[in-house]
Amino acid sequence: MTKSILLIGVGGQGTILISRILSSGFAEMGFDVKMSEIHGMSQRGGSVTTMIRYGDEVHSPNFGDAEADVIISFEKSEAVRALPQLKKGGTVITDDYEIFSVPVLTGASEYPFDALDQLRAEVPNTIVIEAYRAAEKLGNSRCQNIVLLGKLVNTMGWDEHVDWKALVAANVPPRTVDINLRAYELGYNM
Amino acid sequence: MSEKIMMSGNEAIARGVWEAGVHVAAAYPGTPSTEILENIGALYKDDIYCEWSVNEKVAFEVASGASIGGARAFCAFKHVGMNVATDPIFSMGYAGVNGGLVFVTADDPGCWSSQNEQDNRWYAPHTKIAMLEPSDSQECLDFVKAAYELSERFDTPVMIRVTTRVCHSKSLVRLGDRKDVKVRKYKSVPGKFALLPATAIARHPIREQLLRDMAEYGNDCSFNRTEGKKDAKIGVISSGISYQHAREAFGDDAAFLKLGLTYPFPEKLVKEFCSRHETLYVIEENDPYLEMHIKSLGFTEIHGKDQIPECGELNAAVLRRALFSEEPGKTYHVEAKAPARPPTMCAGCPHRGFFLALSGVLDRVVPAGDIGCYGLGSQPPFNGFGFSLCMGAGFSTLVGLSKALEKQGDPRKAIGMLGDSTFFHSGITSLIDIVSSESNVIACILDNSITAMTGHQENPGTARNLMGEPSPVVDIVALVKACGIDDDHLRVVDPVDLKAIRSALSDAIAAKGPFVIVTKRPCVLIKEVAKANGTRHAVIDPGMCIGCGMCMKVACPAIAFKDGRSVINDGSGCTGCGLCTQVCPVGAISIVEE
Repeated sequence: MTKSILLIGVGGQGTILISRILSSGFAEMGFDVKMSEIHGMSQRGGSVTTMIRYGDEVHSPNFGDAEADVIISFEKSEAVRALPQLKKGGTVITDDYEIFSVPVLTGASEYPFDALDQLRAEVPNTIVIEAYRAAEKLGNSRCQNIVLLGKLVNTMGWDEHVDWKALVAANVPPRTVDINLRAYELGYNM
Repeated sequence: MSEKIMMSGNEAIARGVWEAGVHVAAAYPGTPSTEILENIGALYKDDIYCEWSVNEKVAFEVASGASIGGARAFCAFKHVGMNVATDPIFSMGYAGVNGGLVFVTADDPGCWSSQNEQDNRWYAPHTKIAMLEPSDSQECLDFVKAAYELSERFDTPVMIRVTTRVCHSKSLVRLGDRKDVKVRKYKSVPGKFALLPATAIARHPIREQLLRDMAEYGNDCSFNRTEGKKDAKIGVISSGISYQHAREAFGDDAAFLKLGLTYPFPEKLVKEFCSRHETLYVIEENDPYLEMHIKSLGFTEIHGKDQIPECGELNAAVLRRALFSEEPGKTYHVEAKAPARPPTMCAGCPHRGFFLALSGVLDRVVPAGDIGCYGLGSQPPFNGFGFSLCMGAGFSTLVGLSKALEKQGDPRKAIGMLGDSTFFHSGITSLIDIVSSESNVIACILDNSITAMTGHQENPGTARNLMGEPSPVVDIVALVKACGIDDDHLRVVDPVDLKAIRSALSDAIAAKGPFVIVTKRPCVLIKEVAKANGTRHAVIDPGMCIGCGMCMKVACPAIAFKDGRSVINDGSGCTGCGLCTQVCPVGAISIVEE
């Protein structure tokens, strides 16, 4: 059975790095795996998504609405944007972190400040963490993605056959290995 | 090497180029093709001469020259880039090759970062060139390697057609080693490469025969295969990424004809398959390219675009819905709406100053845009231009536009804008047309010293090339002057100096005849620039801010309006460019270093 994961965030948040780590982990588990990124204009502060699919044999790298088993959102309003892609019974893990888009800054668009209350009320498997703040306290807000990865791996119970810390160490810039490993621990135990 | 590694389609194509023993590779950047040459430059430059050419036509000609000279050559571009390159492609279709010549067209169904979703498969029959369509990363690598054998065996350029989801999806790939290919001797073959009327007409029947030979080969080659349930009632024909979606949507109850070589069309193979199955489907994104071929073979009952959308990307869910009327899956709904989050100019982007100044004179000009980061200036609050077509059109359209405005008595002046890389790509010829037609227009070159939108590729203005070597800088201002613009009709300004850019615009509007404004400031994302900016950033004195909202007109992601006052967002990436300090009427914003 093929499982589908959606990562969503804002350009520059590091969604692609943890997608790479996750894909390597699934391959290590012996699964076939495909991952699909959308680049281009979305890098300029736009909403960015990555899809990962794993299973015995994966054909399409991308999937449609109501097909994601898990959504990992790096920004709370982006979790709302991604929601139509979650299947009933699926899990949402989201950072309680706000990034205002230019239309919000200029008043052309409203920010949904109560998004998380609504998500919690509607989706039973909603998990909210403060990954950005935790990474910031740790000393580098860019480790937000690895905090989220730790929480995800623990929540989904994926740590049995894979040394995720080794994958983190192999994929982050060499001089940030230590702080990222701590970020992973932090997320894992949140 | 037998271990499998995760690779994107683009990485796998680059690897395939290297393994095929290619000697020369050229491209112009364009999403979703850009990473192919980036990877060749980063990983294989010791074995492959590679360059960012000034445009796709030049890139294909560089590759053609290498092929004619006897080297294995490669070229890549996005789908609309192929439009620019087709002139030499048609010629090479007639001429054939010496060293193998393979090129990639990366199409963009879904228009993720393009001006259209044109389906370049039609170019294969049009240019009389063989076409391969890989459907995952392993095939990207394998097909590229095989394409060189095909190219040299059938004396033809080979086009590899991929799409965004092939280029930017990663899957497991088994790698091989580089083949040691000797450069063939250059020989002047009479009547082959010199396409004069008399020789070209003689090449045509040779070409047609080669296509017939290749079609025969296509009926029984490893690129095309049948799989699934042999005696199934349902037969599905597909190619490229659509094959993956079809496999998933139809599951194990169908037979599949998976086509990898889709031009010349393997008619015999397709006929046999169609005759074996009762209900036939052809699954393809965008245009009915396969479908029309199959229908022309007499299988008119086949299902395709009668059910599957022509517009946008496919996925398995879209197919199941279109073909089997499957209900959408169950999901969750909340009242909250995600705010619009379009891509925007970065904090510190030098284009922002230009568009802020331009927004003040929109009653006196009619602006044309072009392709690049400055395309973001078309959005509110700047509304910087009303139309944009393609690379270079931001200048050439001004000539006709100005005539149309004159003829209707509209006093507004036509103004166009394009970037440094676009100017090199196809703005120079457009500027020459403006000068020689003495058009009363304003041509603006927004020079940020890099090809920014596609992710920072080198161009003739960057002093460095794809191979990481220093390269001569082509001076844009000197070029503009050489095209015939004198000092009275030229302003070179810093776009973050609002006073200077406003005065340049005002001079340009008052002047008669062709006028050029060059704005010069490097992209803030260039590493050295970011480093030089250091910790510089803006601070707003909350005691001084009167909450007038003037700084919000700058539309910078670093400034927010909270509780009636402007504030700098934390983690906003403010670079301290100082544009906002120039619009604050009370001097509440200052730039500090800490």
